[in-house]
Amino acid sequence: MAILEVKNLEVYYGVIKALKDISFEVKEGEIVALIGANGAGKTTTLHTITGLIKAASGNIQFDGHDITKIRGDKIVGMGMAHVPEGRRVFAALSVYENLKLGAYTRRDKNEIEETLQMIYKRFPRLLERKNQPAGTLSGGEQQMLAMGRALMSHPKVIVLDEPSMGLSPIYVNEIFDIIQEINKSGTTVLLVEQNAKKALSIANRAYVLETGSIVLSGDAKELMNDDSVKKAYLSE
Amino acid sequence: MMSFISYFINGLSLGSVYAIIALGYTMVYGIAKMLNFAHGDVIMIGGYVVFTVVSTMGLGPVAGILLAVILCTVLGVVIEGVAYRPLRMASPLAVLITAIGVSYLLQNIALLVFGSNPKSFTSVVTVPALKLADGKLTISGETIVTIISCVVIMIGLTTFIKKTRAGQAMLAVSEDKGAAQLMGINVDGTIALTFAIGSALAAIAGALLCSAYPTLTPYTGSMPGIKAFVAAVFGGIGSIPGALIGGLLLGVIENLSKAYISSQLSDAIVFAVLIVVLLVKPTGILGKKINEKV
Ligand SMILES: Nc1ncnc2c1ncn2[C@@H]1O[C@H](COP(=O)(O)OP(=O)(O)O)[C@@H](O)[C@H]1O
Ligand SMILES: [Mg+2]
Repeated sequence: MAILEVKNLEVYYGVIKALKDISFEVKEGEIVALIGANGAGKTTTLHTITGLIKAASGNIQFDGHDITKIRGDKIVGMGMAHVPEGRRVFAALSVYENLKLGAYTRRDKNEIEETLQMIYKRFPRLLERKNQPAGTLSGGEQQMLAMGRALMSHPKVIVLDEPSMGLSPIYVNEIFDIIQEINKSGTTVLLVEQNAKKALSIANRAYVLETGSIVLSGDAKELMNDDSVKKAYLSE
Repeated sequence: MMSFISYFINGLSLGSVYAIIALGYTMVYGIAKMLNFAHGDVIMIGGYVVFTVVSTMGLGPVAGILLAVILCTVLGVVIEGVAYRPLRMASPLAVLITAIGVSYLLQNIALLVFGSNPKSFTSVVTVPALKLADGKLTISGETIVTIISCVVIMIGLTTFIKKTRAGQAMLAVSEDKGAAQLMGINVDGTIALTFAIGSALAAIAGALLCSAYPTLTPYTGSMPGIKAFVAAVFGGIGSIPGALIGGLLLGVIENLSKAYISSQLSDAIVFAVLIVVLLVKPTGILGKKINEKV
């Protein structure tokens, strides 16, 4: 069953049409990758889903609700967390305070504490640095914090925008391992990546976005062997 | 020596009022990234509300302050919602011009309702003056109450921001509105809360200011407003301890220049010191930029 379903989505920046009639779905338990070149509209798609941008037309269904017109801050509480491009941790706040803000929509103190301990276990480096301002962390650590912060809301679906961007190869592998772990523990993943090879290697299915339109979709393994995908996105 | 101490303490008291007003500027700037130039006029409205309740209706000063706090809080939220919220995506210049417009609007409303004749304000302070050093040093009740109020407000606000969910939301919104929304924070609500707190503090500042300088006109708020803005910049705009340090320094410098240099030049000296501070440290005394390490 589709937990997230996007239908005929159109988004404008002023008069420029950034998304042209986009439709796709994410089923419960899946890792779905959205790949495409710089400027294709991947970030715009995610921003529209989590309510940072309003759609001009189209429809977004999440977990049985129409969230197209719902205020962005309410969507988090419904179970969708967004790890934004460029991480956007709160630099002046400590690692711990960042994580606490991730649980902003939750009220039960004991449950929040439980999730916190789980996240410290998954990201031991965040525990070591819990009192340090987030701005002093390395890029890879900030990415872990951004992911941990999103997980603090205990989401059903997590959307990740280029989590590997600007990271050293060791961190890239670690981040992709963690994404798989998160998925195995029951969270559905929508993953946006320019690193198509890596993304396709962990995804179940994928969509290819080109200048605001979905031009190709299918099983991730099949797409990896598709000639046009190979040529455009997988060439080294 | 006794007169120096007395000027200094009066400077601290004036500076405390500046600090309380500067908090409103600095919080709104930190969170909504705008200069609310109408903030000074909210002080004046607070003054008139206290005046009306105490002198016209004959109720006690506590009732006056309470009503002023409530009305100014509502006023601040309404100003934000009606005048500033529709401009959230507009250029900073449009917002600034609107803020100046709101400032004139408030002054003219006061002019219309209360007229241009100065009202003589009855002090809300009932604490007796403190006589020290065999009566050679007198500290007025207003001074004592003002300084204590400032300390209490600073501690209260700092605790609120550090310890409460709403306070942490304010910090998150001040750093990154988009990321804050992704945490599930209602950004518009948080900005409205910031205006509410700033305006409530302006009401208290109004009551304290008018108690120490008891003439009230529709323009009473403008000069203290501008000076508190200077204090906020002085201390580092966006920083709460900066507002305290900036306010106190400004009050002390102003009072000492009045006493020892020239009462006409005191404002010029205050602004000269500001320029020097900003030349040496453009972000103000406690203003800082965290460098992101990648
Ligand atoms: N805030 C914005 N204002 C105007 N145009 C934008 C804005 N953000 C993105 N765009 C444009 O929309 C298109 C899609 O951008 P984006 O979604 O960021 O692509 P991607 O994430 O795939 O790199 C690009 O042409 C980009 O220039
Ligand atoms: Mg992008």
